[in-house]
Parts: sequence; structure tokens; C-alpha cells
Amino acid sequence: MELSAKDLSLVRRLSDGLPLSEHPYAELGAPLGMAEDEVIARLKAMIEAGLIRRFGVVVRHRELGFRANAMVVWNVPEEQVSEVGRQMAGAEGVTLCYRRPRRPGRWDYTLFCMVHGRDRAQVEALVAQIALRFPYEHKLLFSSRRFKQQGAIYGKVA
Amino acid sequence: MDEIDRNIINSLQDGFPLTPTPFADAAKALGIEEDDLIRRLQALRADNVLTRFGPLYNAEAMGGGLTLAAMAVPEDRFEKVAEIVNTFPEVAHNYAREHALNMWFVVATERPEEVAEVLEAISAGTGLEVYDMPKQEEFSLSLRFEA
Repeated sequence: MELSAKDLSLVRRLSDGLPLSEHPYAELGAPLGMAEDEVIARLKAMIEAGLIRRFGVVVRHRELGFRANAMVVWNVPEEQVSEVGRQMAGAEGVTLCYRRPRRPGRWDYTLFCMVHGRDRAQVEALVAQIALRFPYEHKLLFSSRRFKQQGAIYGKVA
Repeated sequence: MDEIDRNIINSLQDGFPLTPTPFADAAKALGIEEDDLIRRLQALRADNVLTRFGPLYNAEAMGGGLTLAAMAVPEDRFEKVAEIVNTFPEVAHNYAREHALNMWFVVATERPEEVAEVLEAISAGTGLEVYDMPKQEEFSLSLRFEA
């Protein structure tokens, strides 16, 4: 889907979030000269086109009690990554699962998944379960500190 | 945070109504009043449980660039380097992790070609090598959290 200049202004206005009011879409569109039904139609189109993945509350997992998160990285041979990735994505505790490149001599891991839990022990137990099914060499990179968590900024240049 | 707040978080992570009065419609589905829902969302945002209420954009589909990058930062320079990295508006997340590569951050840009520029600028600004680990394949997208 092609984004018009108007769409981009809408995207930009929305990056701070939807106004928490009775008629948020009307409020959003007013300064852009867009009527409420036009705003709704454009947002529907963006969701259908996959430009917007989800629409609702965006949570901070730490504040929700998910205090431990590990990026778990697996050394899976290239020819097996796709199949293992598809299966691992459905494992309990896995929220995201991606294939990424090796960096020979520095980084051997081809499959990355995020595992969130209430504490470190829970994350370790979840990963141990996953590793029983997928016995590849792996590492748990726990996050010791979060420095920044913000939404990406789009539509700056309309 | 009470039961109603938890309900709000669990049921409103996706599929918010695209109707003229979405908060009224969502509140009805939750069995609460519209002004109660709005007040609770304001409070959750003020308490930092929510980063915001609205869309989660798909960077690539928006025509933007996105990558995960890592650096091996000497311990005694860690704070200073984090400060430099975080000044870039394109850096969306930045986490310290326990590994020789101990700083991991997500870079999201409006245009794909800007990713390399940002990584180069970070490398120049910190004097450290930046490892670019772009996504080659994606297997899931159910980033939901139960409250």
C-alpha cells in the first residue's frame, strides 16, 4: 500500500498514541483536515496491509512483572534454521523468534528468540524445556539493565 | 493494579475498535464505563505500565529500516557509551546483556539506507565496532504479555 502525505501525517500524529477521549479518531483527524470516518478507513487499510501490526495498549513488560528477559541464541546450522525457527516460535515462553547472520570468529548463533518470565529461574526453566526439544548449543543473554524502550518514530518527513 | 486493570491490559493489546466511539465500545465489552476505562488507561500510562496506547508499526512495511546491533563495551566506559548510543533518536531499545557483546540495541529508521549511516555514526562516536545483526527471517509475532 502506498502511503499518501496525509497518511504519513496521520502516522506521525499517532506515534505518541491515540488521544484518550470520547472521539479519538475525530480528534486525531481534525488538525489534518481529515474526517473521523476517513481516519478510521485509513487505519483499517494500514492494519490490513500489515503496516500496523497491533493496535491497542503497548506495555512495558518490566512494569507488568516480567522482570527477567533473556535473548536466547542458538547455534543452528544454516540449512536447519528455518524449520527449527518455525517450531521454536510456538514453544512456551517464546515471544519473538528470528534468524540472524553469523559473524565468524565473533558470533556463532543463527537463531534468536526472546523468552520473558517473572524471574530468572522461570526463564531458565523455560529455556531448559525448549533445549530438550532443540538440542543445539545455545546461550542465555539476560538483560541486566534496560536503558531505553520507546516506539520507533515514523512519518517525520511527510 | 487490580483485576479490571489486568483485564484491560490482557484484552486490549490488539484489535482496539475502529469505531467512532472506541473507548465506549471497548468499555462495554469489558463491562465497565467509558470514563472508567479512560481514567484507568491514563493511570496505567502515568505509572509507566503502558508506553502508549495506539499502533505498533511494522518498520519494514512502513518502508523503514530496522536492525539489531551489538557492541563489546569495556566495563569502565559502559555508562558513557550508553549515553552516546541513546542520544540517537533512531535507537528504539537498548539493553545491557551478559556476554562479551554486552550492549544490544534496536535501530529503526525511516529509510532502509539510514540504518548503515546510524551504525557508522555510533561506531564513530564511541570508537567501538558495531555488529549489525539484521533479521533474515521471522518466525513469530505474538509479543503479548499476560498481566
